[in-house]
Amino acid sequence: MTASPTLEELPVTRPGAESFDPELGWTLHSQVSVRPEPFGALLYHFGNRRLSFLKERLLLEVVQVLGEHDSARAAYVAAGVPAADWPRYDTALTALVASEILTPARTPSSKEST
Amino acid sequence: MTLTATPTPAKGLVGHFERGLDAPICLTWELTYACNLSCVHCLSSSGRRDPRELSTAEAKVVIDELERMQVFYVNIGGGEPTVRPDFWELMDYATAHHVGVKFSTNGVHINADIAARLAGSDYVDVQISLDGATAEVNDAVRGPGSFDTAMRAMANLADAGFRGFKVSVVCTRANIPQLDQFKAITDRFGAQLRLTRLRPSGRGADTWDELHPLPEQQRQLYDWLVAHGEGVLTGDSFFHLSAYGQSMPGLNLCGAGRVVCLIDPVGDVYACPFAIHEEFLAGNVRDTGGFQAVWRSSDLFADLRAPQDVGVCTTCNAFGTCRGGCMAAKFFTGLPLNGPDPECVKGYGADALLARGATGAMGAPKPSGDHSHRTSPREVGSRRPRPVPVMIGSGPRSRPVSACEDDPLAGFSPQIG
Repeated sequence: MTASPTLEELPVTRPGAESFDPELGWTLHSQVSVRPEPFGALLYHFGNRRLSFLKERLLLEVVQVLGEHDSARAAYVAAGVPAADWPRYDTALTALVASEILTPARTPSSKEST
Repeated sequence: MTLTATPTPAKGLVGHFERGLDAPICLTWELTYACNLSCVHCLSSSGRRDPRELSTAEAKVVIDELERMQVFYVNIGGGEPTVRPDFWELMDYATAHHVGVKFSTNGVHINADIAARLAGSDYVDVQISLDGATAEVNDAVRGPGSFDTAMRAMANLADAGFRGFKVSVVCTRANIPQLDQFKAITDRFGAQLRLTRLRPSGRGADTWDELHPLPEQQRQLYDWLVAHGEGVLTGDSFFHLSAYGQSMPGLNLCGAGRVVCLIDPVGDVYACPFAIHEEFLAGNVRDTGGFQAVWRSSDLFADLRAPQDVGVCTTCNAFGTCRGGCMAAKFFTGLPLNGPDPECVKGYGADALLARGATGAMGAPKPSGDHSHRTSPREVGSRRPRPVPVMIGSGPRSRPVSACEDDPLAGFSPQIG
């Protein structure tokens, strides 16, 4: 037989990826599939074949509405994230940008979105 | 606290996984037991096609279900999956239905045209099996010519511009000295190396004693994996090695029946690819309710998701990462499931194997379903058949029979070699 794996590789942050700016618009990478779970969500990136986890349902809501808003901040407000939690959400979204799960919504200024 | 988990999930998340998810994250799907090879360690004892194999239409129904359940991808294997005439059709059907495909092949059908087609898809990943960095070591396990076949397939993929395909190696006593050579081969083709653990499953049950890494090789493998970090994939199969000190990357838990499972060619659903035995059979995709009903309501999977009796291992300081090791490895070596792994790096497994004794070894459960080609299996490391030593009753090295041994096999000690 040809051995097939059990559970594959977990995510690694790629150096040199976009850096997160909460004032800009962001959206889910087109090759990312999101599966809601009781603890939050599982995300699978078909491009780099990596699995990530969201550990809160509210973060899932933010990720789901992100593309509809001009900035991440606006998405926080729409999803009802308390302002006191914004720094935590900034940290989480920074990690998601670094894993290429989130990409810039529309090429702002000189940045290329691929 | 953080809101995302990278790269190693926190304890709370592991707890969720241990209690099982509504759908597997990924699963292994052996599409056929037919194979052009007869590898001596084949964990599904493949060779001949099973006439009850799922039809194309039935396989598509399964894919539809996987799409509904949002299973991200399937690891397709066999047998050699590409010998199914509808393989490419099913692959396209799966990716069109948002189920990613990673398939394992010995490379027999990866010609230039197929390689170009594969390189063009974002949702297909390919894994070439190779169990030796030289023809000599590889072919002793996988059969004559199989090294050349794999190398040709890799060259075709690389020439077609397929970057990052996987080269999958089952680690054995013979190939652990070749780890650097494997890395050199994969680097040369722009591929990624994947090392997995030899299990005593399928025909591997018969060859495990001769092929599994020696204790000092386990240490060598651990050091090598730590040195190469995330650049080398492992299918999370070496978590028992984390008892040496450092956690292996990935999920250090047994995902069987919790976040992964196996669908075999006839639609039987097992807890994991290494546990093809009725003890670990949860149901069949042809049953009422299909795969989803098996995944969500089988008694077996409910048991695997309940708190496990982990027995003596809980007192070990390595338990936090090793979790008692691999269920299938214990099962097929005749060890209790609530005890140490046969390859426990603390040596408890070796002790357990000794305590089990020869009679215990003979009593180890046999893998279900032998689909091997109807020819004599080749012996490891030898092209020439050797006479089978047969001894009945007490040989010169037999141990004394104690008065209380009334088993009919008392005093019988099988001679190996």
